Amino acid sequence: MSAPYTRSGRRRPEGSGSEVAIWYLMRLSGIGLFVLVLTHYLILHVLHDPAEQTAAWIMEFRWSSTFWRSFDWLMLTLVQFHAFMGMRTVISDYSRGGLRTLLLSGLYLLGIVLFVLGTIVVMTLPNPVPAG
Amino acid sequence: MLLRYRGREGMVAWGFHRISGVAIWLFLVLHVLDIYLVGAAPDVYDTLLVIYATPAGIVMEWLLGAAVLYHALNGLRITIMDFWPRLTRYHRALWYANWAVFAAIGIPVTIVIAGQFLRSLGVTS
Repeated sequence: MSAPYTRSGRRRPEGSGSEVAIWYLMRLSGIGLFVLVLTHYLILHVLHDPAEQTAAWIMEFRWSSTFWRSFDWLMLTLVQFHAFMGMRTVISDYSRGGLRTLLLSGLYLLGIVLFVLGTIVVMTLPNPVPAG
Repeated sequence: MLLRYRGREGMVAWGFHRISGVAIWLFLVLHVLDIYLVGAAPDVYDTLLVIYATPAGIVMEWLLGAAVLYHALNGLRITIMDFWPRLTRYHRALWYANWAVFAAIGIPVTIVIAGQFLRSLGVTS
């Protein structure tokens, strides 16, 4: 069922295996990130000046609510999947054989480590005890 | 791969999508690490923040915003065409619509970031 016109997207893989699941999840995570990342950039880079966002500011204001911690953790989860699966496509396009295996292994390891580090900080960063 | 594609707008759209995607991935690696430092080493994080707030850092912030906005809009265009293949016929018009939205959002954002840039230079306070 090849289309008679140019396809600008990536063709959905055949069958029903993990490649198809990844194809759908790339698009679903992309739609989620469209909202989350643009909101994130709008609030933290446009409405607020990033120069003021010190570690103390993050503890006291940004992560003083469960809502924003959840927002950031959801964004972390989606972006780790989307960015690392995207890089998997790029690496697979330009390398093969042992090099590809090596690069992909390093990529997955880095992705898991970053997801763990990000999860630790967003879930465990203490809020300062309110004065009084 | 870059040279084998079909050319014209579709190829440029794809090239920009890939380049912006890899650039955003690079920043993501840095950004998750720097946010981890907010908990592990707040002093180091605050030092990094000073570097981000230099004029060069703010130009990078602006380029990052442009990469994210392009990747988001073009990604939405790809997703729409993947789920409604009939719309692929209009892929070129959709790409130009992307650029219209890119400019409509990008110009006001650029004005705000230009303000940050001038503050970093000490021109304004």
